[in-house]
Amino acid sequence: MTVITAEHLLTRVQGLLAAHPPADTDRGAFLRARFDAGLAWVHYPEGLGGLGAPRSLQVVVDAALEAAGAPDNDPRRIGIGLGMAAPTILAYGTDEQKRSFLRPLWTGEEVWCQLFSEPGAGSDLAALGTRAVRESGSGDWIVDGQKVWTSSAHTARWAILIARTDPGLPKHQGITYFLCDMHAPGVEVRPLRQITGEAEFNEVFLTGVRIPDSHRLGAVGEGWAVARTTLMNERVSIGGMRIPREGGMIAPVAAAWRERPELRTHALHQRLLELWVEAEVARLTGERLRQQLVAGQPGPEGSGMKLTFARLNQEISGLEVELLAEEGLLYDDWTMRRPEGVDFTGREAGYRYLRAKGNSIEGGTSEILLNIVAERVLGLPPEPRDDKDLAWKDLSR
Amino acid sequence: MTTAAAPTDLLYSEAEEELRSAVRALLTDRSDARSVLDRAETGSPHDPALWHTLAAGIGAAGLLVPEKLGGQGASHREAAVVLEELGRAVAPAPYLTSAVLATEILLGCDTAEAAPLLRELASGSTVCVPAVPLTLAPGAPLPAPVRDLGDGILTGTVTSVADAVAADVLLVLADTGLHAVPAAAARLAPSVPLDLTRPLATVTLEAAAGTRLADLGTARAAIAGALLSGAGLLASEQLGIAEWCLTETVGHVRGRHQFNRPVGSFQALKHRLARLWLDVASARAAARAAADALATSAPDAPLTVAVAQAYCSGVAVRAAEECVQLHGGIGMTWEHPAHLYLKRAKADSLALGTAGHHRGLVADFAELPAP
Ligand SMILES: Cc1cc2nc3c(=O)[nH]c(=O)nc-3n(C[C@H](O)[C@H](O)[C@H](O)COP(=O)(O)OP(=O)(O)OC[C@H]3O[C@@H](n4cnc5c(N)ncnc54)[C@H](O)[C@@H]3O)c2cc1C
Repeated sequence: MTVITAEHLLTRVQGLLAAHPPADTDRGAFLRARFDAGLAWVHYPEGLGGLGAPRSLQVVVDAALEAAGAPDNDPRRIGIGLGMAAPTILAYGTDEQKRSFLRPLWTGEEVWCQLFSEPGAGSDLAALGTRAVRESGSGDWIVDGQKVWTSSAHTARWAILIARTDPGLPKHQGITYFLCDMHAPGVEVRPLRQITGEAEFNEVFLTGVRIPDSHRLGAVGEGWAVARTTLMNERVSIGGMRIPREGGMIAPVAAAWRERPELRTHALHQRLLELWVEAEVARLTGERLRQQLVAGQPGPEGSGMKLTFARLNQEISGLEVELLAEEGLLYDDWTMRRPEGVDFTGREAGYRYLRAKGNSIEGGTSEILLNIVAERVLGLPPEPRDDKDLAWKDLSR
Repeated sequence: MTTAAAPTDLLYSEAEEELRSAVRALLTDRSDARSVLDRAETGSPHDPALWHTLAAGIGAAGLLVPEKLGGQGASHREAAVVLEELGRAVAPAPYLTSAVLATEILLGCDTAEAAPLLRELASGSTVCVPAVPLTLAPGAPLPAPVRDLGDGILTGTVTSVADAVAADVLLVLADTGLHAVPAAAARLAPSVPLDLTRPLATVTLEAAAGTRLADLGTARAAIAGALLSGAGLLASEQLGIAEWCLTETVGHVRGRHQFNRPVGSFQALKHRLARLWLDVASARAAARAAADALATSAPDAPLTVAVAQAYCSGVAVRAAEECVQLHGGIGMTWEHPAHLYLKRAKADSLALGTAGHHRGLVADFAELPAP
């Protein structure tokens, strides 16, 4: 096997740009051509948007394409697909599943959502009760249940879904992982308004939803192992992001401090400096993690980054509201909208303050992540549990 | 706003890891907590034989000194690794004072007079410490110079001089410039320090004869540069302290049983330790960034150093405080080494500028002015 170098990739980028000049190529067409050239995610296999190149070389491709004015695939809008569905499909999918799902997922033509959480199963995700029963004859699965807090369910074409296929087994067994067509009959998406006023997430009711067995991911009853791949990627995808100094939530506060001297007080100054330093250290910690990954020494820091960002986002946005004084009493817009993605900087301080509250809940609460760090990184004893050997149907609810 | 940071190497190289192993092996052998405590109690914590092996045998004293002056021609990145290990072992070695601060001052003087002394420092045969208070911070006004009565005959007093009792030579800022004064020519009055492993003394010069190494302007600039390096590298010592405290504490709570289970299985403690681990991982990134910025003379080195000091001081103190608390009664005893780390961490948080001082510097560099 040939080792693919940065030069090799840059030559390919030039070829792509020559064949499809961004200035007079349709966005969708360009993204499809980029995928077919293996320049979507270079570490993926050939034919699936990649070239089997080292993951670290992606930045080279991204930078060259950005410099040439090429359109990007807007990862903000398609985050669940890119960050979670794709690596899981890559790891567990059949060839047919990989071929049909990865390309429109990467180009953003098909948005994905995650049907994991349920009213009775959040942190204790493996307690989920949505049932999937196999129909004799067709071999299709019939799904009934309710999911909740489903981000982007209203824009999604596909969902990753976990459902219980054997209630007689302990809760981590008897779960199966599916790819669910959000346009299938029986899928009902209802907006769930959140504290910001908008409805970014939804309730999803599944009533007699038919899923063909070809849309099952991994073996029957092995869904928990598949889901763990998804969850691990969910946390890593947050820590791997690269931001410039004073990027992220600290930027608008620092800007307000500079531009509006009348707002400054000594007490706020001390807090601002503390948080500025912490934001810079968090940036460096993320950068160190990235360098470790590139050098092939994946450290356990990844699970920690989400904890740090959640705390900092909340503290910084809280400070920002306070700094704005009278203006901090106001809110930009309570209209119930159903946005396509999250944009922290497109709105005002009050929105940032409220939306940041979700950072320590979504994708695993901070308490759960602290347990993970304590147990997997520090080797402290696991939480005592009495549900391990009980059949799911016998658990208290 | 400050410009984007240059690419920073935040990892450890293979050579750095080898250096770490050598220093750690030496300290494990010859400077365990028990012997550190025993020596500290005698009032003279330094172990000259250990220093000789570290400085000359391993070559750690000359890391910052160019090869043409008899040093290793290495950089702040390697010196930072040595300091991490010295912090992990709360080793009472005059490394920060002699191999970092005094060395940087002499390098900053760049004079023919300074070169022979640098050679001696690099070879580990001479311990040289700057006669400035340990609390002196980069960016703070320098203390009033000692008076030169003429021909390098110096008179004056400097308080809180770290490691003066281990020094052969003192670097003294006089009103005529920088002077090298044999420690034997000064009167040293040792203080009772909070941190038993980094002794302090008041240095009094009564018509002591020194050799002039540089003029006043050069001396001031050289000291300012040395304080920046010292503060940046102190972050690595603080990282080492914090790392030891975390590791020891995790080990302890895993083994200690109360209520018929390891106390480390209680979620209140698991979460505290997980948070401390996050802080230590972040301190590592901050300390590495400072060492790398100093090593590469990055334009944003002063900001990166201020960030590292503003952050790592607090982490080291918190780690040591958690270490004492989560060890329970044992943590309060004289026998258990936790107190050595707490005392070093707290003293380090005053050394070379407090976190508050460094946040003030961040305010300047990042253009976030006070009201
Ligand atoms: C903005 C947002 C978007 C989301 N998007 C999605 C999505 O797209 N798809 C999806 O499937 N889900 C989504 N979620 C759901 C999210 O994953 C869950 O809310 C989360 O895992 C917590 O579950 P829960 O809400 O049931 O809280 P609970 O599990 O009921 O927890 C309540 C409280 O108890 C604490 N707690 C629970 N167990 C423990 C324990 N063992 N030790 C200590 N403390 C504990 C929790 O930390 C929390 O503070 C989203 C949530 C938010 C806020």
